[in-house]
Amino acid sequence: MENREFLLRRLHSLLGIIPIGVFLTQHLIVNHFATQGESAFNDASHFMANLPFVIFLEIFVIYLPLVYHAFYGLYIAFTSKHNVGHYSYLRNRLLVLQRYTGIFLVVFIAWHVFETRFQVAVGNAAEADFNMMADILANPLMLAFYIVGVLSATFHLANGLWSFLVTWGITQSEKSQRYANYFTLLVFIVLSVIGIRALFAFV
Amino acid sequence: MGEAAKTVIFEVERRNSTNEESYWEKFELPYRANMNVISALMEIRRNPVNMEGKKTSPVTWDMNCLEEVCGACSMVINGKARQSCTALVDQLEQPIRLQPMKTFPVVRDLIVDRSRMFESLKKVKAWVPIDGTHDLGEGPRMPERKRQWAYELSKCMTCGVCLEACPNVNDKSDFIGPAPLSQVRLFNAHPTGAMNRDERLNAIMGDGGLGSCSNSQNCVESCPKGIPLTTSIAALNRETTVQMFRNFFGSDRMVD
Repeated sequence: MENREFLLRRLHSLLGIIPIGVFLTQHLIVNHFATQGESAFNDASHFMANLPFVIFLEIFVIYLPLVYHAFYGLYIAFTSKHNVGHYSYLRNRLLVLQRYTGIFLVVFIAWHVFETRFQVAVGNAAEADFNMMADILANPLMLAFYIVGVLSATFHLANGLWSFLVTWGITQSEKSQRYANYFTLLVFIVLSVIGIRALFAFV
Repeated sequence: MGEAAKTVIFEVERRNSTNEESYWEKFELPYRANMNVISALMEIRRNPVNMEGKKTSPVTWDMNCLEEVCGACSMVINGKARQSCTALVDQLEQPIRLQPMKTFPVVRDLIVDRSRMFESLKKVKAWVPIDGTHDLGEGPRMPERKRQWAYELSKCMTCGVCLEACPNVNDKSDFIGPAPLSQVRLFNAHPTGAMNRDERLNAIMGDGGLGSCSNSQNCVESCPKGIPLTTSIAALNRETTVQMFRNFFGSDRMVD
């Protein structure tokens, strides 16, 4: 893999936004149907689960990019030596948070997929419907786990969007990077509200 | 007055050679007005007695210009990498802890070997190649405003503080660090240097190059010369984005 690092890092950055970031946004928005009641959520979920070629969409838009982003991300995370103790600047702190949320998300997403999509795939459940989520979130520990999971995901996406803008050379000036701070903070807040509202709709 | 004479306490992380274990040694020195870390180290050298009253070997360190221009006296002072010549004792919390910049191989005590930075400068071709078999004559003129801007980038003294502050420069990664990257922007800005622009961009697109930056931005916060390192990195990110597509989709033209 001589001299592949540059391309691998760029691919890692790109996949985090397209398709994973786009998918996460769509996923949280579809989940938000739960706030309109059980049948609204089930209709939306049924529609998504029965899209034509859904297995290929899942493989190429979700699974493969996600697996690459997760495992290459873990490799990146473990080749850093974090030093927020002495260098406690905002971006350095956010970087460490990006790494911790990333590692947590590997666990959370693996569990979440196992509990929902995988159970449908092996035939333990007919469909990932409202009742399935309501059962899971009836456990307060699970609810807490999911809240942390959703907030980790929205933070990781918002902060990842900030570094995506730098990594691809879009925001260069200090000013543009500062405004990107505000913009990505807004992305974090909006997606978090959508995600958390959906979670509580199941409780 | 009967008041005890004011003193300054230093804790120094020492070691005898690169592969030996480090140990801490404390020193208590008489306070003098306006003293800096270097003058304190000189005092220890003059009278190498530690806080327990035992005679010890003098602490070794590197220094040269004493005006924050050469970068030789960089060390970690109270946890942060900086030059010891401009570290004024009056502005430091005591005990003052001195450590070598362990991102680099430690030669002895506070002396580190920064050779890797010079190797990186060679790797990214941080020079303007003008040698040849005959006189090439004058190069293109550099606009004055561009010269003034580029001068800021040229202030880099290869001191190593940005590498020490960077979480991605460590023994698990071969990242060359912010300083040599910014030099690529400097030499690509030079009208004659720009004739080898693509070579430098391709060099930093190699392993341990630009791709290894994670945007902690510690470098720009730590740089003693105020070099806009993160702006350099972001600007190079854009240039390498174009270069990347050019390498794959572009024609065989290399230089503008």
